[in-house]
Amino acid sequence: MELTSLIAVAIPYAAIAIFLIGFSYRIVRWSLSPVPFRIPTVCGQQKSLPWIKAGYLESPWTRMGVVARMALEILLFRSLFRNTRAELRQGPKLSYLESKFLWLGALAFHWSFLVILLRHLRFFLEPVPAFVGAIEAADGFFQVSLPVLYLTDVVILVALGYLLARRIWNAQARYISLPSDYLALALLIGLAGTGVIMRYFTRVDVIAAKQFALGLATFSPVAPENLGVMFYAHLFTLSALIAYLPFSKLVHMGGVFLSPTRNLANDNRARRHVNPWNYPVKVHTYQEWEDEFREKIAAAGLPLERQ
Amino acid sequence: MSNPKPEQLVQIDYRPPSRDWMNPAVEFRRGTFCYSAAAKNLEYLNLPNPREWQPFDKDWKLPPDWKRIVLEGMRDRLRKFRSFRLFMDICVRCGACADKCHFYIGSGDPKNMPVLRAELLRSVYRRYFTLAGRLFGKLAGARDLTEDVVKEWFYYFYQCTECRRCSVFCPYGIDTAEITMIGRELLNLIGCNINWVLEPAANCFRTGNHLGVQPHGFKDSIDFAVDELEEITGVRVEAPINRKGAEILFIVPSADYFGTPHYYSLLGYLMLFHEIGLDYTFSAFASEGGNFGLFNSHEMIKRLNAKIYAEAKRLGVKWIVGAECGHMWRVLHQYMDTMNGPADFLEVPVSPVTGTRFDHARSTKMVHLCEFTADLIKHGKLKLDPSRNNHWNVTFHDSCNPSRAMGLLEEPRYILRNVCNHFHEMPENTIREQTFCCGSGSGLGTDENFEMRMRGGLPRANAVRYVRDKYGVNLLACICAIDKATLPPLLEYWTPGVEVAGVHELVGNALVMRGEAERKTDLRGQPLELQEAVHA
Repeated sequence: MELTSLIAVAIPYAAIAIFLIGFSYRIVRWSLSPVPFRIPTVCGQQKSLPWIKAGYLESPWTRMGVVARMALEILLFRSLFRNTRAELRQGPKLSYLESKFLWLGALAFHWSFLVILLRHLRFFLEPVPAFVGAIEAADGFFQVSLPVLYLTDVVILVALGYLLARRIWNAQARYISLPSDYLALALLIGLAGTGVIMRYFTRVDVIAAKQFALGLATFSPVAPENLGVMFYAHLFTLSALIAYLPFSKLVHMGGVFLSPTRNLANDNRARRHVNPWNYPVKVHTYQEWEDEFREKIAAAGLPLERQ
Repeated sequence: MSNPKPEQLVQIDYRPPSRDWMNPAVEFRRGTFCYSAAAKNLEYLNLPNPREWQPFDKDWKLPPDWKRIVLEGMRDRLRKFRSFRLFMDICVRCGACADKCHFYIGSGDPKNMPVLRAELLRSVYRRYFTLAGRLFGKLAGARDLTEDVVKEWFYYFYQCTECRRCSVFCPYGIDTAEITMIGRELLNLIGCNINWVLEPAANCFRTGNHLGVQPHGFKDSIDFAVDELEEITGVRVEAPINRKGAEILFIVPSADYFGTPHYYSLLGYLMLFHEIGLDYTFSAFASEGGNFGLFNSHEMIKRLNAKIYAEAKRLGVKWIVGAECGHMWRVLHQYMDTMNGPADFLEVPVSPVTGTRFDHARSTKMVHLCEFTADLIKHGKLKLDPSRNNHWNVTFHDSCNPSRAMGLLEEPRYILRNVCNHFHEMPENTIREQTFCCGSGSGLGTDENFEMRMRGGLPRANAVRYVRDKYGVNLLACICAIDKATLPPLLEYWTPGVEVAGVHELVGNALVMRGEAERKTDLRGQPLELQEAVHA
């Protein structure tokens, strides 16, 4: 293999290795820290008296309730859906306006990204599983242009564009943004952008791409041939993204499952939560208290333990 | 210096400053921070670095190895709290939390956005505990821990009331209360604490309650209430203290027997318990349900909370009822059983009047008074005359902790609908799980912090203003001792003409007691008929 081919093979492998090790390390680190207290953020009526309707999802008290709450959170971004925008007007009058664009943009990006990832399984599996074909068919439903325009390709670019624009134009978002926030967006936009250019404009050789991808997936890499510069750009952006992921805020994709304000039941008074590092502390005992205030307790006519 | 006027205070500029937030410089302007804790309080509680100092001093007299202590403290807490480690790592800075914080809405200071409040800590975490931060420094959002950063932490971690409203909106459930609690623990390690937290904590440790009321003073207060009740109702009630063998131990926040308007709710409790013939006792030792340890450290929560189960055991009661208080109930609901349980010497709470088994409290064995009273009303065990509250047009303020830590939303509302005729909700973005803090919780309710309290309380007061103007609401009912202490000045400032009361004050007003004399006044001593006439 020539040097360029070696690089084309080595970089993705290195990136995947960094991702697997780094991401596992993060998950293990989080898991090693215990959850000393059960601290759900309760967003609905508690389960108390039988005639008061309790919030099964917003204040779950069963395991199923917690799973459902987490599913809503992870699949539909339930909490972000609550978003409002506070506005202070003359009066003073504070209003809380509907503000669903962030939710919509985030949801559109994440779901289209997932669909695109699943579609890419076509390149890594032979034979191609039926569900991948089904997803492609649904995604290309409108049958415009040739090759068929995938809806998610448009949605992901629009959504990422919105998320970037929001960071730049919204004064508060700009103020809180770190270089790493732009880096993550840049990598994602680069990844999606190169993919779109390759598919619709420079027309990558799909058979060659699949040969190369299959080679990687089966640990018998072959030299990429006739794939063009866009393919390399796509491949290296992807490698950069997955290698960067464990060191970045993008670890939220694993962390969200572990969030103790969301993944615990609000059954604190019914089931005791055990803190593994609970330790004895210095307290003021009743006897010390009685000894200090003995005369006053007696004078007030309150009972004493020891006369 | 006089306090700024509301029309001045409401000129809020939400445009972020040109200065980068990583610059930690803070100006300790009078009215926007709390004074340092007195050395005697630290000494009494065996806390490190007691000394004379104030936040506006140039030299904070930190211990020589303060930096090592803070970083070791961080390492230790990263190991002990998954919440802390996770919340340091997963924030994406989407900013959904920004305008959910009452301090941000009221001040426009970007470091009051929950995301930046956490970044103050995160930037240091990245610098010392992550590879990217160590390698790339500021580019990776990392910054050095300096004395200025400590001062900045102090300013902003004592400018958060741990109300958890932001965590309702965060897509990962990042809870700023966790960040602030850990931040305050770190500050405590080097002796940077505020007196409004540590004086109550020291008092509570010694006398049993925040106000430092000694046993005879406690007895006097309760006796006084009994006498006054007799004047108002013509009924002489019993109020046993430290009585062994009672069925129920009753825990109140100390403000209930020493502050107004809390005191009127105490009268309500006494009437209610007399009327149903409850076999209960107060304790002059466990004479505080509130727990300012929550605003200091996890260890202090446990130290102050220990007396409740200890006293329940000593007195030999079967179970415990807790009165109206906000952060007290966060501790009782989410911490007590874990810290000082298991309470296997108690029995599963069963109402002696209705026979209802409070199964949801079967482990902790402690029931909220609103749960207990709602159950009584539902079973028709109370004779109520809501017209005795006709002079009040009532709204209900959900206190942060009973709503977002417990989900105690419907019980108090059910009670209110049964004891008064005029009840109106505030707008939905400002109640229940989205309720706004009074702006003075978590130990910030002190006079020197007046301006910041008024700023933080603006969203709450503004929602009250809405129902005052629309429905003529003149009373805000709530179930939190800090609310009862700090909402009256807040409402007087932003929304004059609305009083504050506990739910059980209204229960007391409406409660028809056997053998009572004709009720001429409400529990505040205001003539009933006259009020009606004025209102009509």
